[in-house]
Amino acid sequence: MRRINLADPATQRRVKALGLVLLLAVAVWLPTYYVPYRVFQLTTVLVYAIAVLGLGLLTGYNGQISLGHGAFYAVGAYTTAILMEAGLPYLLAIPPAAVLTFILGFGLGIPALRLHGPYLGLVTLGVAAVTPPLLKRFSGLTGGSMGLSVSKPVAPEWSGLANDQWLYYLVLAFAVATFALARNLIHSRAGRAMIAIRDNELAARTMGIPLARVKTRAFAWSAMYAGIAGGLSTWVIGFLSPDSFAVTVSIQFLAALVVGGLGTIFGPLFGAAFLVFVPNVSQNINDAAPGIAFGALLILAMYVAPGGIAGLLRTGWIRLVSATAPRPKPPPGAQPPPVGSTTPATPRAEGGLTVDAEQ
Amino acid sequence: MELFIQQVISGLASGAIYASLAVALVLIYRSTDIVNFAQGEMAMFSTYIVWQLLQNGAPYWLAVGVTLVASFIAGIAIERVIIRPVEGRPELIVVIVTIGLLILINALAGYIWSFQVRGVPSPWVARNVDLGGVRVGVSTLGILAVVALVVGLLFVLFARTRLGLVLRAAAENPESSRLVGIRVGWMLALGWGLAAAVGALSGILVAPILFLDPNMMLSVLIFAFAAATLGGFDSPGGAVLGGLIVGVTENLAATYVDVIGTDLKIIVPMLLIVAVLLLRPQGLFGHARVERA
Repeated sequence: MRRINLADPATQRRVKALGLVLLLAVAVWLPTYYVPYRVFQLTTVLVYAIAVLGLGLLTGYNGQISLGHGAFYAVGAYTTAILMEAGLPYLLAIPPAAVLTFILGFGLGIPALRLHGPYLGLVTLGVAAVTPPLLKRFSGLTGGSMGLSVSKPVAPEWSGLANDQWLYYLVLAFAVATFALARNLIHSRAGRAMIAIRDNELAARTMGIPLARVKTRAFAWSAMYAGIAGGLSTWVIGFLSPDSFAVTVSIQFLAALVVGGLGTIFGPLFGAAFLVFVPNVSQNINDAAPGIAFGALLILAMYVAPGGIAGLLRTGWIRLVSATAPRPKPPPGAQPPPVGSTTPATPRAEGGLTVDAEQ
Repeated sequence: MELFIQQVISGLASGAIYASLAVALVLIYRSTDIVNFAQGEMAMFSTYIVWQLLQNGAPYWLAVGVTLVASFIAGIAIERVIIRPVEGRPELIVVIVTIGLLILINALAGYIWSFQVRGVPSPWVARNVDLGGVRVGVSTLGILAVVALVVGLLFVLFARTRLGLVLRAAAENPESSRLVGIRVGWMLALGWGLAAAVGALSGILVAPILFLDPNMMLSVLIFAFAAATLGGFDSPGGAVLGGLIVGVTENLAATYVDVIGTDLKIIVPMLLIVAVLLLRPQGLFGHARVERA
């Protein structure tokens, strides 16, 4: 039997493609198996995943921290809800939300250029804190504390799906598109510029990367992702009120990102699953248990696994690759290699865990 | 005019509360270069300890005293156990750890005391005093007096005692301090302990006004951030003045600016933070940091 050699790039591509196809197949199959409540939860996972992925573009790939993405999530949600109330078909209500949050993100990205680390955290936290009172204040548009109700999307008859399944597939389509877009962005010139700035701003500038342009655009894209996710959440929940966009939402997004994996594409998916299912499991113990788990995991991740869950999986994958790589035959008479030495040419993962690197 | 003066004075009282939390932020920033996002939650937790002691029948000021000591020790423990491993690591990691601490302490308080809103008794008599034609609440004066006392004590500690000198040396120049035999690690921990105790005071003072629940300090934290930013993150005196300015501005804006009113008060510190960081990032009394590449 032929030995599988994962170090061979062609094999690696094939395995990865197979993995993606499998993942997608499972994602498509899930709602046909589970009860509506589970399907609702899975839809929520996808919605959060898009928002967390947006934050990941900014924080994980560009090194700009944001404790305020709940604000963009809220703007996206309210824009969608208001347009749907005004009679726009639900599918057409998402693009304006995306455009608006893109512009707002760009706007916040400009002062962010002059802030770094904790100070950016401060300002964005402030943005998150201001959001619910602002929403309450402009009650003519937002319905104030009473909130807004919109009718959830209904499955068209030709599809033969239940409403919850239809909603799931719609959100899944958005998730696939946004994840694919993010992956391509990261592998593009712009993405490499973002990573270069994260790793060393000065060096990036020296190499001719336009700092201001790249950073503000990263902010804009990131905000747009959160905005789209917010819009989708309106479809899923059908109701929104200022109190569902408190500061804790923004903090949860960051927690999910870190636990899932900073600087990874699929980390946000794990993080989002955590956001939805950890409370589900641990709420039986106590209302506060999810918070304790998240807080402890956040700190622990920074000590031992800065790459989060995705980082751990990646380490496992790299081990697997080097384990299956054929060892070069030693020339006759040479000393055998010491036990445990790794074979050369293990492929390095893309967008490594450089949040850990000294700046 | 009388309304104006009354608003200024009650602004000073809330400003004093922000100032004590801001001083806590500054103490930590000066000693360990960390902006502690968990400072408000630490204060909230301390306030719960006071509440618990009061529930068990302790006299008010004894409960406060015990809590301040407990907070001091807890602050030292947090620095030594949780913060120490990430000191000097990249900013993003440190920020995330303090956010983790924020979530953790918030949830711990909810776990122990539930998320129910609790009333905390005020130590002041509910009376007004006439000060030259302006009626001022006893609680306002009490808060101002307590914060003034604590800030004064801190000043004496840092400016007039040997321990204060050592603390400042360890924060200013850890390398040289180590060479002259100062145990820098413990001094930084001590800074965290002091900060925890001073910050606790803000929670204890604000609790009768805001009512106690695990999320009580989130908005106070934003105000304290504004105070520390305005005064300069490395200047305790600046933080006090910053706190007072933020408190007064907030109150006046709420009274005289219609768009803001009482609901939108939180936008005041937010705008202040942005304005200061963009126009004068080191704050009024802070020192600009020279970065060498």
